[in-house]
Amino acid sequence: MSHVTKGESVLEIAKSVRSKERKASEVIEAHLTQIESRDQELNAFNLVTRERAMQAARDIDERVANGQEVGPLAGVPVAVKDNLCTTGVDTTCSSRILEGWKPPYDATVVDRIAAAGAVMIGKTNLDEFAMGSSTENSAFGVTHNPHDTSRVSGGSSGGSAAAVAAGFAPIAFGSDTGGSIRQPASFCGVVGIKPTYGLVSRYGLIAFASSLDQVGPLGATVADAAAMLEAIAGHDPRDSTSLPQDAPNLTATMNDGVKGLRVGLVQELSGEGVAPDVAAALQRAADVLQENGAIVSEVSVPAVKFGVTAYYLIAPAEASSNLARFDGVRYGLRKDAENVFEMYDATREQGFGAEVKRRIMLGTYALSAGYYDAYYGKAQRVRTLITRDFATAYESCDVLLSPTAPTTAFKVGEKTSDPLAMYLNDVCTIPTNLAGHPAMSVPFGKDSNNMPIGVQILGPNLSEATLVRAGAVLEANQ
Amino acid sequence: MSEPLSQEVVRHVAELARLDLTDDEVAAFTDQLGAVLGHAADIESLDIADVEPTTHALPLTNVLRKDVVQPGLDRQAVLDQAPASEAGQFRVPKILGEEP
Repeated sequence: MSHVTKGESVLEIAKSVRSKERKASEVIEAHLTQIESRDQELNAFNLVTRERAMQAARDIDERVANGQEVGPLAGVPVAVKDNLCTTGVDTTCSSRILEGWKPPYDATVVDRIAAAGAVMIGKTNLDEFAMGSSTENSAFGVTHNPHDTSRVSGGSSGGSAAAVAAGFAPIAFGSDTGGSIRQPASFCGVVGIKPTYGLVSRYGLIAFASSLDQVGPLGATVADAAAMLEAIAGHDPRDSTSLPQDAPNLTATMNDGVKGLRVGLVQELSGEGVAPDVAAALQRAADVLQENGAIVSEVSVPAVKFGVTAYYLIAPAEASSNLARFDGVRYGLRKDAENVFEMYDATREQGFGAEVKRRIMLGTYALSAGYYDAYYGKAQRVRTLITRDFATAYESCDVLLSPTAPTTAFKVGEKTSDPLAMYLNDVCTIPTNLAGHPAMSVPFGKDSNNMPIGVQILGPNLSEATLVRAGAVLEANQ
Repeated sequence: MSEPLSQEVVRHVAELARLDLTDDEVAAFTDQLGAVLGHAADIESLDIADVEPTTHALPLTNVLRKDVVQPGLDRQAVLDQAPASEAGQFRVPKILGEEP
């Protein structure tokens, strides 16, 4: 009897565990077996926490047997991006500089998903410190795309997206600073939601760019991602940027359809540079929404064309400050030296990979005397323009539509020699982060190479329930 | 804003960032960062001096909590994860007598 059923929702898994139809330990064992049979080929996981997971599953089975409450996601396997702190379990950010470090605390979202009954089965690979769009910047090797292993899984949450696509776990944690949940979801053919900034706690998420970072779910289906978001969202006093807001109810209205929903096709993100197959899928998605009662029109958000520039000044600037803490004193790697300054320099030089150094350099430069106003200051003003232009668009539209990425998954090694080309791949996802808004990527068809295409649905702050409704319609009408 | 990036500037920035870059890295970063900054020319021409900068997406300000002592992380558990510790503190190589 198989315990991995394709297309089965996480709520169905939990229901069967709660009703004693299946044991959580059987569900977890089946997924661990799946990982062990195929992850050598994909490299989605930095660490598989088999024993810890089986113990947690047996605890759930015992509680069920004793008639105790086990939570809405009881027995559901969850993969955790390796930039979220997990007590006593290696948390590396796919960087040598944190190798061997075991956090003394859990991220709030890790606590919350466990409280909901889900079981962590491992820590997933990412671009080092979440800096990248292909998971090629990992110190532990690239994560391959389950649909074609010669291609990347996207990034930076490439390990999580590949894990969901390969059936290793129906849900996984990602973090999204400039598209790091949505773009890998798109490349791997799964659903990814970047929530409104502040809706999900960042406590225990190792910071990359604090004003942009947001934790969110990846799921095999819209329903799975929505159920996960419900379990992790809501105010956290340990995160001072957390909104004073309860978790939204997304599943209640998920199947309410899109009748009367005003949908805007973002002109600036759907023209130049978008692959023909992706553009065609976007148009089909717009048609599907219209056939289901939505009112689709074209809309202009002019300032989004400056998004990539603003982002690649603001995010590195914040990163250069956040990553100053990795200096060989408090965690992970230390390269011994005669004095403390040589120790800092040597530890950082050897602990960080090329992309992380590049961004620390870029950010330090953008913040340095004489360049601050020209680069960082100007980028912050552009950020205001982008937020303003979105606000104008949302006067006439409830949600916006664009590709998640201009192309489908590219080949491993195709863009590694040209950082700027890699950065430009984030053009569609970055504006959302700068504005703080939510957005989701939903799989919608495949290209001529049979690689998944993702469509992005964007909305104003706290519009997650609307995004999920539109996503469900696209999912049902591929 | 558009002057080309020199290796000398890159070395200075590396010093500020506490990175002991190799000569090869300095050469590569000079080219690559130059290309990224060149792309930033698209916002150079924008006349937006009168636009307020956004530092943060949320209107939250002065998030306060009650001034009551809360339990923090266990000190020993934190120190156990450090490369070196002694007498309840992080241990580092010598600091005094060196130019920063």
